[in-house]
Amino acid sequence: MSSRRIAVVSAGVSVPSSTRLLADRLTTATVDALRERGDDTTVEVVELRDRARDLADFLITGFAGTSLRAAIEAVTGADGVIAVTPVFSASFSGLFKTFFDVLDTEALTGTPVLLGATAGTARHSLVIEHAMRPLFSYLHAIPVPTGVFAATEDWGGAGGVDGALAGRAVRAAGEFADLLAGRRPTVPADAFDDASDGPFGGTPSFEALLRGA
Amino acid sequence: MQFGVFTVSDVTADPTTGRTPSEAERIKAVVTIAKKAEEVGLDVFALGEHHNPPFFSSSPTTTLAFIAAQTSRLRLSTSTTLITTNDPVKIAEDYAMLQHLAGGRVDLMLGRGNTGPVYPWFGQDIRNGIKLAVENYALLRRLWDEDVVDWSGRFRTPLQGFTSTPRPLDGVAPFVWHGSIRSPEIAEQAAYYGDGFFHNHIFWPPEHTQRMVEFYRRRFEHHGHGSADQAIVGLGGQVFMRRNSQDAVSEFRPYFDNAPVYGHGPSLEDFSRDTPLTVGSPQQVIERTLGFRDYVGDYQRQLFLVDHAGLPLKTVLEQLDLLGEEVVPVLRKEFAALRPAHVPDAPTHASRVAAQKVSAQKVSAQEEVHA
Repeated sequence: MSSRRIAVVSAGVSVPSSTRLLADRLTTATVDALRERGDDTTVEVVELRDRARDLADFLITGFAGTSLRAAIEAVTGADGVIAVTPVFSASFSGLFKTFFDVLDTEALTGTPVLLGATAGTARHSLVIEHAMRPLFSYLHAIPVPTGVFAATEDWGGAGGVDGALAGRAVRAAGEFADLLAGRRPTVPADAFDDASDGPFGGTPSFEALLRGA
Repeated sequence: MQFGVFTVSDVTADPTTGRTPSEAERIKAVVTIAKKAEEVGLDVFALGEHHNPPFFSSSPTTTLAFIAAQTSRLRLSTSTTLITTNDPVKIAEDYAMLQHLAGGRVDLMLGRGNTGPVYPWFGQDIRNGIKLAVENYALLRRLWDEDVVDWSGRFRTPLQGFTSTPRPLDGVAPFVWHGSIRSPEIAEQAAYYGDGFFHNHIFWPPEHTQRMVEFYRRRFEHHGHGSADQAIVGLGGQVFMRRNSQDAVSEFRPYFDNAPVYGHGPSLEDFSRDTPLTVGSPQQVIERTLGFRDYVGDYQRQLFLVDHAGLPLKTVLEQLDLLGEEVVPVLRKEFAALRPAHVPDAPTHASRVAAQKVSAQKVSAQEEVHA
């Protein structure tokens, strides 16, 4: 039995937020799916709304302030990420994109990511395919094949979530759990370990630099 | 330990008046600032190099020679000299010349420059930044250390039987610092040659500076120049002072809020917490600066940025008075008391000439033994 660290990135801006609601549904389904496979889960939620000003500061200064750094480390140190955004103007929100803009480009390499999106209308339902999936492909993450989109109408019905949405969440979480189960837990890179591929440990010797390596 | 000021040479509007100084005013001001630095007892004045507005300092050796002629004790340095886009032959010539004129008061800090468009103006490509820094510096060293150089490389035409003139004063090249905010390759380069490493220490959190300096120190020892705590480290820093700390905060805030680089971003309070920026009383500056030693170890040179973001000359000169009268004398004493005996001072021309004589004597003594 392993312990899996999941980071949940939610870019909803209203309170309460249907984006957060979807993120929570996906998280619950993931914890259940991992438990069925014999794994414990620890979950850390990053609400981007709380980090909005920190993210804008990062764009100006190029570094993360203390509270943003904690959020970034939660995500880059996780075994898997659940990323959920509202649809703004036919794509992920600027806040959502900004968070992934400030990560190191290598930070999510090989990390399974479960994608979710919310919108007022089902006409945006392909946003996961045409906007989110290319972003995470660029980051060399592993997007889960099933993404979960929820429009306003999906939240109707008995118990608050209709059977179709709950079913999609369970299927996506199952695929996510399968990807996680086959992986060794993430060990956060130590930049000062000469054997690691960190930015310092990976520095070529000066002899190699002189040779033009 | 050496203390001084460094300037980026920006021409920026004063946000409290909306008035932008002319280039002529800023150029004269920077000379006044350097002379004032000597007058108040600082050790070092370092000038940046830029080739695009809003900066004026495209020709640092001209300016530094002019300052050298009007000062007698002040050490003159750069912050930084562009090792990527300048021809290393011209750097070798210009700084050897300046060293002769300044009577050994010159060292220089090499940097890559981070403005993409500047590179093609000088026939280069920013994507080769690190490679240019490596190759150009390898050539620069040879031009100073060897009288006749045969050389070929990737980035400039070959040299055959070339002698860079004037030869370095007393046969000893100016001491070199390598400045880098984020590139471990440059820290590695400084360590390889046993040169100094300078961290800008303004824009990013102290933890970042600490990682770079630790890496440089470890590699300095690896390359056999001494123990890690004997590596030659310089730090930048940014301060604004008034006797009453609240006065400092309220006076500096508009300059901070509109500053190039980080203006219109984080609050003064957040930036002061997350970076080494200190806005307050001289006592607060003393305490914060002494704290730098906690994360980089005993170091050799501390330079402060005091003349940027549109601050008027009069204000800058007042900052220098506070540095010279209240801050640096205390820092000098406190740092010296904390420093172990085996940690060296920053190399100077005199100390390097003396060291060369000692090693030459050792060599001739060994030759006599073998004879």
